Order: sequence, then C-alpha cells, then structure tokens
Amino acid sequence: MKAMQKTLLTAAVAAATALSGATQAAGISDDKVKIGVLADMGGVYADICGPGCVTAVEMAVEDFGGSVLGKPIEVVSADDQLKPDVGSAKVRQWVESEQVDTVAGLVSSAVVGAATKVLTDNKKIALISTAASNAFTTSSCSPYNVHWTYNVTALANGTVKPMVQSGKKKWFFITADYAFGHALEQVATDVITQNNGEVVGAVRAPLGTTDFSSYVLQAQSSGADVVALANAGADTVNSLKTAAEFGLTQTADVAGLLVFTPNAQAMDAATAGGMTLTTGFYWDFDDQTRAWSKRFKERHGAIPAMGHAGAYSMTMHYLKAVEAAGTDDSDAVMAKMKELKPEDFFARNAVLRADGRMVHDMYTVKIKSPDERRDADDIFKVVDVLSGDQVYEPMLPQCNFAKS
Amino acid sequence: MATFLGINLFGLFGQLLVGLINGSFYALLSLGLAIIFGLLKIINFAQGAMYMLGAFAAWLALNHLGISYWAALILVPLAVGAVGILLERVLVRPIAHEDHLYSLLLTFGIALMLQGLFTHLFGSSGLPYAIPDELKGGTKLPFMYLPDYRAWIIVASAVVCGGTWWMIEKTRLGAYLRAGTENPQLMQAFGINVPLMVTLTFGFGVGLAGFAGVMAAPVYSVSPEMGSNLLIVVFAIVVIGGMGSIGGAILTGLGMGIVEGLTKYFYPEASTTVIFLVMVIVLLLKPAGLFGKEA
Repeated sequence: MKAMQKTLLTAAVAAATALSGATQAAGISDDKVKIGVLADMGGVYADICGPGCVTAVEMAVEDFGGSVLGKPIEVVSADDQLKPDVGSAKVRQWVESEQVDTVAGLVSSAVVGAATKVLTDNKKIALISTAASNAFTTSSCSPYNVHWTYNVTALANGTVKPMVQSGKKKWFFITADYAFGHALEQVATDVITQNNGEVVGAVRAPLGTTDFSSYVLQAQSSGADVVALANAGADTVNSLKTAAEFGLTQTADVAGLLVFTPNAQAMDAATAGGMTLTTGFYWDFDDQTRAWSKRFKERHGAIPAMGHAGAYSMTMHYLKAVEAAGTDDSDAVMAKMKELKPEDFFARNAVLRADGRMVHDMYTVKIKSPDERRDADDIFKVVDVLSGDQVYEPMLPQCNFAKS
Repeated sequence: MATFLGINLFGLFGQLLVGLINGSFYALLSLGLAIIFGLLKIINFAQGAMYMLGAFAAWLALNHLGISYWAALILVPLAVGAVGILLERVLVRPIAHEDHLYSLLLTFGIALMLQGLFTHLFGSSGLPYAIPDELKGGTKLPFMYLPDYRAWIIVASAVVCGGTWWMIEKTRLGAYLRAGTENPQLMQAFGINVPLMVTLTFGFGVGLAGFAGVMAAPVYSVSPEMGSNLLIVVFAIVVIGGMGSIGGAILTGLGMGIVEGLTKYFYPEASTTVIFLVMVIVLLLKPAGLFGKEA
C-alpha cells in the first residue's frame, strides 16, 4: 500500500513537472536570465570588444537592477580566440548545457557566422555588437539575430558615397583577405559603381600583414584618387602608417573604412589627422554619451569603442523586452525587442527592424590633428549625423521575420 | 613606361627594393636566432617577444623618459640584452643539458606570458611612434619614392649583420666562441670562462632582437602581437638558411624578403605562405638547409 502511495506521488510530481514544462514560456526558465558574452579577450580585437564588452554588459545588468521579473540576471563570458570552431563550441556548451539565454558581444565576423548558426539552431538570440559583416541580416539572416552597432553597408554608404559624389572617382582597395574584408570591399565597390566611380585595382593582404609597403606601391602606381583601407585593427594602423611614409597621402586620399577609437589612438595624429570615417558611436558627442562614457572609462580604463556602447545598449534593450514579455522565451522576447523602440545614449532615432537590423543615427567624423586635441581621448570631431535610413541597406523580403 | 613580357618594369624594381628592405629586417631578426641556435643550441622562441619588448622599450623611453630614437637605438638593445642575460641565467641554464624541446617549450611559454602581459598593460591596438625628424621625407627614384627611413633600415641592417658576421667568423673572440660551443670542457681547461661566454652570447642574440624592435617601432605598429606575427616567418628563414649558419641566415633573410616582395606583386594572397613553400622545397632537397652542414 505504501509502495502504491509512493508511486502515485511520484506520478503526480512527474505530471506536475511536465505541465510546468509546457507552460514554461510564461516566466523565466531555470529561475535566472543568463547572458553569455563571447568576445576576443586577448587577440587583435581585444580592445574593440573583449573585456570591455563584458564590462559594458555587466554595467547594463547593474543599471537594470540586477534582476528581471524577480529573477537574478547572471553574466558569463568566454574568449573566442578569434577562432570560429572555438567560439561556436563555447556557444553550444552554453546554450545546450549551461542554460544561457542569449549571447552578446560577438566580434569577428568569421566567429559570429559560426556562433549565430548554433544559436539559431537552439532558438537563442544573438546580440551582435561588433561584427562588421552585413550577412547576419541579409544572406544569413535569422529570426534570432540582432545586429546593433554598425555594418559594412553603413560604413560604405557613410564614408565612400560622399567622396565619390564629390568627384573622387578612381578607387583602389587594400583589403583584409577574409570574410569581413571581402564583404566591405564588395559593398563599397557597389556604392562606387552606382555613383559612376571606378575601381582601378585591389590587393588582398593576408590578415596580420606586417609590411604594407608593397601594396602601397601598387596603390600608388594605379593612379587612384582614393585608396580605401578595407581592413581593421592593426592592419589599418600599419597600412596607413606606410601610406604616409611612402608619400601616398600627398597624392591620393586614404580612406579608412573601419576605424575604432582604440585604432585611431594607435595612429600617429600627424599622419591620421584629417581622415574622414564613419562610426556608430563617439563618446564625446553630447552630454548623454559623455556621462555614460565617463562611467565606462572609470571601470574599464579606456574610452568606449562603438562596440562597447552597442553592447550596453542592446543588453539593456534585451532586458527591457524580457520584462515587457514577462518571459525569457526567445520568440516572445524577440517580438518585444522589435516592438519596443530602442532609445538611449547610443540608439538615436532608432528602430529594430523585422530582419534584426538595428537602424540608428550614424556619425561622420574627422580624425583630429595634433593641435586640435585636448588630450589622448580627444580624437574625433563629429562633422555630420547620418540618418540610419540613408546608410543601411533596405530589408530583404526573405529576411522579414515580422510574423514569427 | 618600360615593360617586359607585359610586366611593368618600374613597378617590379619598386617591389624588388621593398623586398630588399624587408629582407634586411628578416636578416637582422634571423641573425639573432641563428647565433643563439648555432652557438648555444638553444631554440629561442622568445626572440619574437624580445623584438616586441625592444619596440615597447623604445616607446616607453621616448614617452616617459624623453630618450630619443637615436639614444634608444643604443640603450634599448643593451636593456633587452640584459633581460636576455637574466633569462639565460635564471631559467634557460638549469635546463640547458636537457633535450632541445625543453628550451623550446620554456621560451615559447615566456613569449606567451610576455605577450599576455603587454596586452594587459597596453591593450591590443598598439601605440604610435613617429619617425625621427632626421629621417622624415624621402628620395624620388625613377621608379619609386624611397622614404629615408627605409633606406636607413638597409644601411643599419647591413652594418649590424656584416659586423656580427665578421666578429664571429673572423676574429679571435669569434673563434673562442665557436670553439667553446664545440668542446666546452677543452676550452674551460684552457682557462676560458665558457658559462660566461654562453650567457653573453645569449644576451647578444637577444639584444639584436631588441635592436630590430627599435628599428621597427617607427614603421610598424608597436603592439603585443608584432613579435609572434614575425617569429614563425623568421624561424622558417633560419631553417631555410641552415640552422646555425650565421651567414646563411643573413643571405636567406635578404633573399626571402625579395621572394616575398615579388609574391606580393604577382599574387598577394600567397605572400604569407610563400616562405613556407620555399622551406618545404629546401627541406626536401637539402635537409640541412641552403648553407647548413650535413650532420
């Protein structure tokens, strides 16, 4: 009899558990919201989105109050080592066995490509702050991708278009030889040809090339009006340095298509001064950006790059959506994220489109020359604010996830 | 414009000269490695980190101590050499009698730690270092614009490499060195302090990397990664030249600079691979390297 009672009891508990499982959508799974931050902790992009992205996400969680719907918010982080296999394996471990609800940070486009596949398979949201490729909301779009800070299209439209329209028609590319560089060169080439410009040559330099003099000579002999640097990080710094040394900057314009604030700080101000570029955020734009950036710098030790500010902004938006949806179920949260209007020091005139692209104001900035700078953090002068509609690509019909 | 077989000759000359400049750099770096391996049989994987240390030391000296580029060119190699001596005395010596692999792993570990430390202290983006005023500007050659600083790299490298080669191969000191590594017991019996010689040689080889670091600071980004990017290439050069051959390291360094320069002109995508391709071919045909002695 006793045994029978026990069996009954077990069955009841099992049934209850099963039922609660079915209704899990309303509420927080595993009694906490867990955010994984995948970034480059010690490689070439560490200053752009590494420990700083973890700090930014943690700041967002703290500012949100540390809990949502009465449940604690936990932040975990990992180093992707800039390797797609390492990054995607970590993400798989997080979502499959460590109850991670969303993954933020996400730097190198190659890693993000692999990580977003795992996240989509597991119906978890990818909060992409720093990757540049536009594939995540176009050719590889997914109902679980959110791409926040910028992308290659915005950079090309922001920087390249005005230059071509002002009469600089002949372009030469020094491109980083991997997914990101190719994507940037491709969209920039489209912008150039659409505006009656011409690409007179391009070289694909392997990532991490030390000496760019060979490529600078080729650019020089091409007779281009503009030499575009479709690369990032140390590659941009090195190629610009060499361009100035070989006198290329006197005969042609050099356009750095993707320059983060730490890269600009690594450039010799006399060489880089006057260069125009596009960015998704600049810390010294107005009181709001200055206030947040001051707090960030106190904790991180350096001014925020655009990916840091983006990581904060998108985490905050995610948490607001969890609260509004009353659950951490990805589909419900995503619907709320797209419904609510992102608005903070970072997201201006912003909308998160149905394809996951966050369209917001971008900034045309000029690198300040040495005599214009107050101190080491005073590097850009904002010359123009670009409305998001002008610079981001329109939504593709196959990427309209409004119904899901 | 002069062309030959459809190739723009002026462009080609430019690439050859640029290749020679890079080759000078490779020669300088591979020389230090070749000395340390050739004379001491230590595979020093920390050589790239020492090169990085040299560049950072030049930056620190300029920005915090007001030491100019020219003074740094003398002082920094001495300082980096001193670090090398410390390293040899404290860490490398205790395992010197073990298999080569031990010193390889040890120095590799040191390199990783230094790289991590500098990333932590200075970030991963690098630091700016301007070309010294005396070497700003350049000369207009018929086929290219040659920046003065690049010309200076060729000159400095030729002097340092030539001087080192002469010292080791042609002087009494060099003869002691070579004899001391060949038969340490006998040399010690003759009253030569072999352990001291070993320490100083290690310090000298490492100091060369520091010198290359100062030379690199104005033209390449001063960043924690700069050493590891170059080290593998430089190792390939030493292997191609023949492990331990001093003259071989210098000549191969120059030659590989030119090979790489031409690759960057004709097929840039392969520019980081071509040296390894040469290495594979050389190892298949002449396992001891181009200038190495068959064991």
